[in-house]
Amino acid sequence: MSNIKTSSLADPARTQGQQTGPGPQAEARGPARTKSTFRARLRTDWPLLLLAAPGILLILAFHYVPLLGNVIAFKDYQPFIGIWDSPWVGFENFTVLFNGDAAFMRALGNTLIILLLQVVLVFPAPIALALLLNSLISNRVKQWVQSILYLPHFMSWVIVVAIFQQMLGGGGLLNSMLRSADMATVSIIGNPDLFKALITSQVIWKDTGWATILFLAALAGIDQSLHEAAAVDGASPWRRIWHVTLPGLRGLIILLLILRLGDALTVGFEQIILQQQHVGLEVSEVLDTYVFNNGVIGGAWGVSAAVGLVKGIVGLALVLGANKIAHMFGERGVYQS
Amino acid sequence: MTNSTFSRRRASARERRLAGTERPMWMGRPSPAVQALKAVVLTLACVLVILPFIAVISTSLSDEETVRQAGGFVLWTTEPTFAAYQQIFSGGVVTRSVLVSTGVTLVGTLISIVTTVALAYGLARPKTLGAKPLLMTVLFTLLFAPGLIPSYLMVKELGLIDSYWALILPVCVNAFNVIVVRSFFMDIPQELIDSARIDGASEFTILNRIILPLSRAVIAVVSLFYAVGYWNAFFNAVLYLNDNSKWPLQLVLRTFVVQGQTYQQSLDGSIPPPQAALQMAILVISIVPILIVYPFLQKHFAKGMLTGAVKG
Repeated sequence: MSNIKTSSLADPARTQGQQTGPGPQAEARGPARTKSTFRARLRTDWPLLLLAAPGILLILAFHYVPLLGNVIAFKDYQPFIGIWDSPWVGFENFTVLFNGDAAFMRALGNTLIILLLQVVLVFPAPIALALLLNSLISNRVKQWVQSILYLPHFMSWVIVVAIFQQMLGGGGLLNSMLRSADMATVSIIGNPDLFKALITSQVIWKDTGWATILFLAALAGIDQSLHEAAAVDGASPWRRIWHVTLPGLRGLIILLLILRLGDALTVGFEQIILQQQHVGLEVSEVLDTYVFNNGVIGGAWGVSAAVGLVKGIVGLALVLGANKIAHMFGERGVYQS
Repeated sequence: MTNSTFSRRRASARERRLAGTERPMWMGRPSPAVQALKAVVLTLACVLVILPFIAVISTSLSDEETVRQAGGFVLWTTEPTFAAYQQIFSGGVVTRSVLVSTGVTLVGTLISIVTTVALAYGLARPKTLGAKPLLMTVLFTLLFAPGLIPSYLMVKELGLIDSYWALILPVCVNAFNVIVVRSFFMDIPQELIDSARIDGASEFTILNRIILPLSRAVIAVVSLFYAVGYWNAFFNAVLYLNDNSKWPLQLVLRTFVVQGQTYQQSLDGSIPPPQAALQMAILVISIVPILIVYPFLQKHFAKGMLTGAVKG
């Protein structure tokens, strides 16, 4: 298992073969296969298709049909008359947004600020932690620390938010300790100024440990003889990190950054919607919550769907674009065409 | 990749050296200051993760007096009392929501794993009719989400508002999990399948008698993926369940802990457990199932995630 993992991280050709299924040999045999008629293939393959059917149907019903449902972004949707009978309005739903609707601009601004915070603060955290764990010599200590730090990943956002409130809230643990030490209490929960810092620290608390997994695997795949050669040449540990370890992680870091770009406009929906009422919309409204608050709650279906659609398209374009740029610089990126 | 290598890593000689307590000669010993710094950072990280859980559990087991003395939150309780748990399990909204969450988790996981395994097996052989476009259909869902509003309207059109199925069907098949299971199936030696086919076994027999017994580990892992997802799911319930008597535990947790609504005390005249203990008891109930499966999760999830991430 671990051999496959490390070798396929290191060996693009092999991963590629596993991704797309048929390798060169299979393709060489391809033409002969495709000559057998559709009906003949159906006759032999129907059990497999039958097995795949329920899953495919569910995916079609809950991913692809709703994708078509995005037409309501171009309609004045009225729940009473349904999607199809609602009148077309062209791009009217979009113009409302891009003419700088204040609520929309606020949501966009908050989203971008939180995104920036997360890329700068959340993204490097697991890399640093993985380097630290990797430098431990004792395997037992390493496993214990991993067991503890992976745990929060499996907690729901409701639990994480509840725990943070209990720890940092007005009557929480931190403040009762400060009070018993006769020190001034701090207001963190429900403080709009600290909201973005708070949700960033929640993400770090929840997912840093878990996110080290991929980096630890990539670290294990770095050829030790490179470290050894560098050390023999007199490179200090820091220089070895800079010249051996980080270049070894480059492919993975680029891959994860590209994937993060695809979710660039998605910043902690559940997490934010849970805490919005404590701090108000001014600092906490992001695009996803805007869609929810205006559409499902407020009934502005068309405008919300338009925001959601634009967000999805921007995300897709960012992933494809970033992947293209990565290829131009000779990196593997997420996939190869 | 067989069953045993999936669940138990067979360390190569190099890995053993890396994993062991032996320090390669060239590495040199870090200075005491560096070692101390490492120890402090890791200890601090672990304390920050563990401490909240201990405090939450302690508070849930405390009585009024202890809570008052501690100023609202108890770090360590010396005389644990289970009054809060008795209170919330004696019927009422929490009891009901635990049943709802358990039911949705069990039924959802069962449906999810059956459809996922079937879909993964149907797509596991690239030469199958239509396997490639179907696989692309599955993978594309990872790149582009349909958006909240259309998804909501779809569920509404299907008449699933206020139905538990709304919590299950939209998230039933996860493309990532399909890829994990599929890549496992693809590593099963083709000779096994071919020999069964020569003996006249149908696809269903092959899946049932050969593939599934070899895949118990990966099926267990993916089932847990799904189960944790269903148990933790919160927003779909906000979206699709207007009837609050149908709320799952996560929503009840939000109401009483995050939003701080007062939990209704029983009126039988006994001294009620403190509000903080009740709140923390609800929190503990939502954490405990995860803690129970956690050792297994932690052991296998890392590998499942790597398989999916690398091959997906």
